[in-house]
Amino acid sequence: MNEPSTQAASILAHEVIRDFPGTGRVVDRISLSVQPGEFVSILGPSGCGKSTFLRMVADLDLPSQGRLDVTSPVARHFRSFVFQESHLVPWRNVLKNVALPLELMDKSPKESLEQAMQALETVGLSDAAHRYPSQLSGGMKMRTSVARALVTRPTLLLLDEPFSALDELNRHALQDELRRIWEKSAPTILFVTHSVSEAVFLSNRVLVFSKRPSRLLLDTLVDLPPKREASLRTSPEFSRELKSIYTRVSYEEAPL
Amino acid sequence: MKKTKNKNWFAPFVPMLAWTFGVEALVRYGYIDPWIIPAPFDVLKSMVDDRAEIFLATGTTLISAVAGLGMSFVLGTLAAVLLAAFPLVRKAFYPYAVFFQTVPIIALAPILVIWFGFGTPTVIASSFIVSVFPIIASTLLGLESTDPGLVDLFKLYSAPRMQFLLKLKLPFALPQIFSGLRIAAGLAVIGAIVGEFIGGGGLGALVDAARAQQRIDKVFAAVLISSLLGVILVGGVNLLSAWALGPWHASER
Repeated sequence: MNEPSTQAASILAHEVIRDFPGTGRVVDRISLSVQPGEFVSILGPSGCGKSTFLRMVADLDLPSQGRLDVTSPVARHFRSFVFQESHLVPWRNVLKNVALPLELMDKSPKESLEQAMQALETVGLSDAAHRYPSQLSGGMKMRTSVARALVTRPTLLLLDEPFSALDELNRHALQDELRRIWEKSAPTILFVTHSVSEAVFLSNRVLVFSKRPSRLLLDTLVDLPPKREASLRTSPEFSRELKSIYTRVSYEEAPL
Repeated sequence: MKKTKNKNWFAPFVPMLAWTFGVEALVRYGYIDPWIIPAPFDVLKSMVDDRAEIFLATGTTLISAVAGLGMSFVLGTLAAVLLAAFPLVRKAFYPYAVFFQTVPIIALAPILVIWFGFGTPTVIASSFIVSVFPIIASTLLGLESTDPGLVDLFKLYSAPRMQFLLKLKLPFALPQIFSGLRIAAGLAVIGAIVGEFIGGGGLGALVDAARAQQRIDKVFAAVLISSLLGVILVGGVNLLSAWALGPWHASER
């Protein structure tokens, strides 16, 4: 099932460093590689350089030193980003928010809206298509944000603590959906989080970053069945995987 | 919010009525010299008796103020877009915009007369000069407070500069643009009337003439009408704002 997909993007980082004037070093010599179609979580304490690393993968920021290659079978606009907050455009309704990336890519309005509607169906929000963001709950806003990321059919999906502001039920529902989306269309996913259980439940591989300046402390595969059911959250295997991460990361280096 | 507004619609009229009848009584019974404050009903009478003259003057002032405000809106927004887009331009020119704002219009008006002659162009120029700065300042603030997450989103899909401006920055600045426009609307009327004091025409000239004729009731009538003009202009901006921001902005719900 998790065969490397030729339709997804891959990432190769070699000794990536990011220094900010004033703050100093935030990302410290990170080397890693992500294969096409992998679902990888980056786990680290709040305020470490994991978001900075993700922004560099998104091409929203550049490394100070080192090499970071992101390659995709699709030439342009293959990356999508889901931010920590939903960041919706307040004067556009849900449907038009989701259609925005396609509009910016110069797709015809008709095609954009059709694909946006499909993306909304994927996240179960087609009923709210004509509502404005100010009329949505936090969970619905994030669903809209996820739909906006999916609408371009990305080969690389980058998520920066997207569910951290949601209540637990919404968070679990969205986790289940994200996992389903990945099973269906298998883009490469890089998911940044500070929650160990979220990382273990969602991904097939977990990277642990240390506190600032961030180094790669641990790179481990998650030993859980590929089909992640909701019941898995209370299973002994799940606890075992959680424990395995906690015991292999020292609290001093990464207070998770 | 809206409900209480509708229920207590008469609230602003209470002080007005109290003031009108209070002052009327004080003047009538000789506690206030009518040369200092005219009896409110004399003012009303002047409004009725001189209605043709006042109506004409009001129309002239209104047209000049709207023209001045319109110029401020177009040129001020354009200036703000340029200042926001090019940091060097901003550094070079913003101090002059501030300087422009602090020049006293009453001192500048004679110079405007030299440039534009007596009449409407001087009045419009005066109205424009007084009302342009709030629009530049608030539009600039609005353009610079765009949601950084959305800026990232637009960058991610390599949106061209024009799309950034039209689909993100300008709409995001709309609430601030309208708050600048609201301030500018009142100022545009003041600017027009000051311009008319020197340049002639409209309510400004009417006030000046009535003062010379010692018709204090007429002065008050004209002043009252000019305040009303400001209220009408601000009301117009409010309507426009409700139309543009209605469905999405918190201030309009």
